[in-house]
Amino acid sequence: MTWLVGTIGIWLAAWALNARLAASGWARTTAGKLAVPILFGVTILVLWEGLVRGAGIAPVILPAPSAIAAKIAVSLPTLWLDFSQTFLKGALPGFVIGCGAAIATAIAIDRSPFLQRGLLPIGNFVAALPIVGLAPILVMWFGFDWQSKAAVVVVMVFFPVLVNMVAGLQASERMQADLMATWGASYWQSLVKLRLPAAMPFLFNGLKIASTLALIGAIVAEFFGSPIYGMGFRISTEVGRLGLDMVWAEIAVAALAGSAFYGLIALIERWVTFWHPSQRH
Amino acid sequence: MTRALPVLTVLAGIVAIWYAAAVWMNATWIFDQAERNGQTVTWAEVIPQTMDQARPLLPPPHQVAAELWKGVAGQAVTSKRSLVYHGYVTVKGTLMGFGLGIVMGVLLAMSIVRFRVMDMSVMPWAIISQTIPIVALAPMILTLSSQLGISGRDVPKAIIAAYLSFFPVLVSMVKGLRAPDQMQLDLLRTYGAGEGATFLKLRLPASMPYFFASLKVAIAASLIGTIVGELPTGAIEGLGARMLIGSQFGEPLIMWAALFAAAILAGMLILAVGVVERLARARMGVPA
Repeated sequence: MTWLVGTIGIWLAAWALNARLAASGWARTTAGKLAVPILFGVTILVLWEGLVRGAGIAPVILPAPSAIAAKIAVSLPTLWLDFSQTFLKGALPGFVIGCGAAIATAIAIDRSPFLQRGLLPIGNFVAALPIVGLAPILVMWFGFDWQSKAAVVVVMVFFPVLVNMVAGLQASERMQADLMATWGASYWQSLVKLRLPAAMPFLFNGLKIASTLALIGAIVAEFFGSPIYGMGFRISTEVGRLGLDMVWAEIAVAALAGSAFYGLIALIERWVTFWHPSQRH
Repeated sequence: MTRALPVLTVLAGIVAIWYAAAVWMNATWIFDQAERNGQTVTWAEVIPQTMDQARPLLPPPHQVAAELWKGVAGQAVTSKRSLVYHGYVTVKGTLMGFGLGIVMGVLLAMSIVRFRVMDMSVMPWAIISQTIPIVALAPMILTLSSQLGISGRDVPKAIIAAYLSFFPVLVSMVKGLRAPDQMQLDLLRTYGAGEGATFLKLRLPASMPYFFASLKVAIAASLIGTIVGELPTGAIEGLGARMLIGSQFGEPLIMWAALFAAAILAGMLILAVGVVERLARARMGVPA
């Protein structure tokens, strides 16, 4: 009971503090912009811990954050093995190959408006399809190891990146294209110096979508067959054994990896498209 | 016609590549088989055989179409082998998740636009929530809800679908509710409109184009979430479960038919959202 009351007390106090912070002038500084969401996140963890302890929820239903942290600390080697199998071998090569192929395809069909008009509606449609359904078929073709995971990721990221890149290549303005023409720029010169840079904001939109899809694809593919390690494998087996603290540990790793990957791409975006209005502060 | 021609050409190209790939991939099995029997086969004999294997590596389009037709029209709709039945299960989950996602997204967006503290504390976490691979959480949500005594898979599936579909709605609604400019807000203040009236008469109508644009993304995301929710161990109903069954029993045709059924479903759902959008726009007097 004391746990419950204490937790709710802490929650209310933190919320009041956050409200004060957000209303004060301090909220406009970088430190304030970081402090408010962090405080909110910490409060959620405290609330979770307090509810689990206070209400006596069994660990097979919902383990407390402290139990999950303890599990992470003792099973670091396993987590690293799973992470390198799923992320470094499955998601990352698939992401690079899939995005590379999409960019190359977009540039290849760039000179043919006919192909573009044909491919763009189909690409848009396919990008909205549940491509994850291809996972069992690709696992059947490429075997249980990381090659099939990478293949699923390639197919999943290809269409969103393709559609964005094709749209991006059309983004430069008529005036700018005319200016390049008055300078006597060749097709390749105007592609490299004008249209590729102009396409970057669109490309990075696609890459950001692809970054979250890549991890999803790699994990789903493991549900259909995998070696005896990997994040998807560990999650599905530990759920069966009710080892929920290990499942949550994997979720924490997946969340961290997903956020870090997304953050990295957002960082590169800021560096590459520093000239775009959305990046000016 | 000028718009359809390029699309049809590309589609024809895809089908041609598909047939070529089917011949190439399925031929290996026939050559192996012939070699084992000590026979030699020519390509002229092989090609017809690649077109109707029982367990092809890559079924050619007409086999998939036949299987799809058998699943849709060849069974009673209530049969466990009917794709209509499995499609219905998936659509039910998708629509529940879609509805839940819209409600969550709109409510969150309203409070984020109204309260600065919500904007600062919740918005970053909403973004982070989408970088967490939901599939890692999916088996977790399934066991959690069965531990809590919720029977069936409808609720956990809807939660997974809502987790994916609330985000596009949230982002667009935040943008949409902030779309009215200062002049319009000032005008309403000179009318003496309160916060509620400003919301109902200015902010909400102004957000509608953003809202409908996000619905198409949200319904596609919701369908993906539902299918992912049907994939992990134990599901027996729905298109995702159909794919799993096809994979476990080594029946590629079942997998492909389920995959195409899901694709057709996605197309129908997106079309339906488009129709609703057009009706709503006409009702609100937006010129088409």
